[in-house]
Amino acid sequence: MTSFNVPLLASAALLPPPTLRFDGVAFSQQGKALLGPCSFTLNGTGPTLVMGPNGAGKSLLLRLAHGLLSPTQGQVAWSSEGCPRQAMVFQQPVLLRRSAVANLIHALAVNNVPRKTRTKIAWEALEHFGLTPCANTPARVLSGGEQQRLALARAWVLAPQVLFLDEPTSALDPAAIKGVEAAVREFHQRGTRIVMTTHDLHQARRLAGDVLFLSGGKVCEHTSAETFFISPVSREGQAFIAGELVE
Amino acid sequence: MENNAFYVALSLLLNLDASLFQIVALSLQVSLLAVLIAAVLGFPLGAAVALWRFPGRGIMIVVLNALMGLPPVVAGLAVYLLLSRAGPLGEWGFLFTPGAMVIAQVVLVLPILAALSRQKVEELLGEYREQFMSLGMSRSRMMPTLLWDARFALLTVLLAGFGRASAEVGAVMMVGGNIDGVTRVMTTAIVLETGKGNLPLALGLGIVLLALVMLINTGAYLVGELTRRRIG
Repeated sequence: MTSFNVPLLASAALLPPPTLRFDGVAFSQQGKALLGPCSFTLNGTGPTLVMGPNGAGKSLLLRLAHGLLSPTQGQVAWSSEGCPRQAMVFQQPVLLRRSAVANLIHALAVNNVPRKTRTKIAWEALEHFGLTPCANTPARVLSGGEQQRLALARAWVLAPQVLFLDEPTSALDPAAIKGVEAAVREFHQRGTRIVMTTHDLHQARRLAGDVLFLSGGKVCEHTSAETFFISPVSREGQAFIAGELVE
Repeated sequence: MENNAFYVALSLLLNLDASLFQIVALSLQVSLLAVLIAAVLGFPLGAAVALWRFPGRGIMIVVLNALMGLPPVVAGLAVYLLLSRAGPLGEWGFLFTPGAMVIAQVVLVLPILAALSRQKVEELLGEYREQFMSLGMSRSRMMPTLLWDARFALLTVLLAGFGRASAEVGAVMMVGGNIDGVTRVMTTAIVLETGKGNLPLALGLGIVLLALVMLINTGAYLVGELTRRRIG
């Protein structure tokens, strides 16, 4: 969220991912409590998968962490001074009505990357995500999978220290899901903190380092992936893993 | 035959009537310039009202919407009072010049462009808001992005504004004066010829005006449609 300058692609990998802490964070709207209060710390290597039934507050938690919403109680704190560089990939990618490469250049421009280097970085990212053939195609006529990869490429050029993903594959077919998951792993390898929501248990098993399990607006448990998938601590988590319908 | 309006219209066009050509050229100049100025002012204004929350915003939206229906003679009167010798801008000596007609039409077109672009930009902002916040964009940085991404909708808005300007007669008549060879445009010429009882000529001029407006709208539609298909 903060503006930055070059060097872009090199800087992120060198730093450990910043720690995210929720201190009694709660969010309510029109007197209705929608989330929390919840407290947890994300300081492992992740990726952190936020899981839970629909309406548990997964998306809300991501938006609070990313700063799109302000908590009505408590606070969201980062280990780094100020806010770390962060990006978010939404369930429905929000792409501008321009070509694929223009979408990336726009993201670089609003982050004050010097004009001269924008085009180069944008094309590198397109190539990295296998989007070179559709660089000049209008972003909004790309397929769903390509659109989501473009959204990931847009996040990539910003070299975020933290990447939030809100159900990024829920509308995609298996081949496209594979592409998105590969991209998520690359972000992770680059040292980006990944916080991702999903309702797909198999996807969570493939990606998760740790799991934050939510139910009814509360954090029921925050454990390592091995623990959560084999012997979850909370009753809700056990029911979820056992395939029962959790509310 | 000479009394047939279509015949008159056709012969006016085919004979490349010099005075007709001048009238048409002035009509286009005045209306296009007015729409251009109104767009330069109105689109950012509309986007600003869509983007920022400030006291009196609701009132401003209502006023802009209401001004879309501003009677041209009222706008003409206001500009007349401003530009008349005794008025605050009398020293400019603008009254009864094409410049005065442009000002009057800007007053008429500006609310249309501002009010409609406000609506279009606000719709788009609803779609883009979270992504913009995620990118850490300030409101003033959002404005050019939104205006560019709303370009197809704004093209239609521009046409609505041009329609208002080219069809309007009351304001240009009052501040222009319908002076032959100086401030006579198609609409005022039609009024004059009708008054003189020269109905075929009036109707002929009307047909030429209609054809012009159709031509411009067709061009804009084609440009918009082709690009829209390409951009998706």
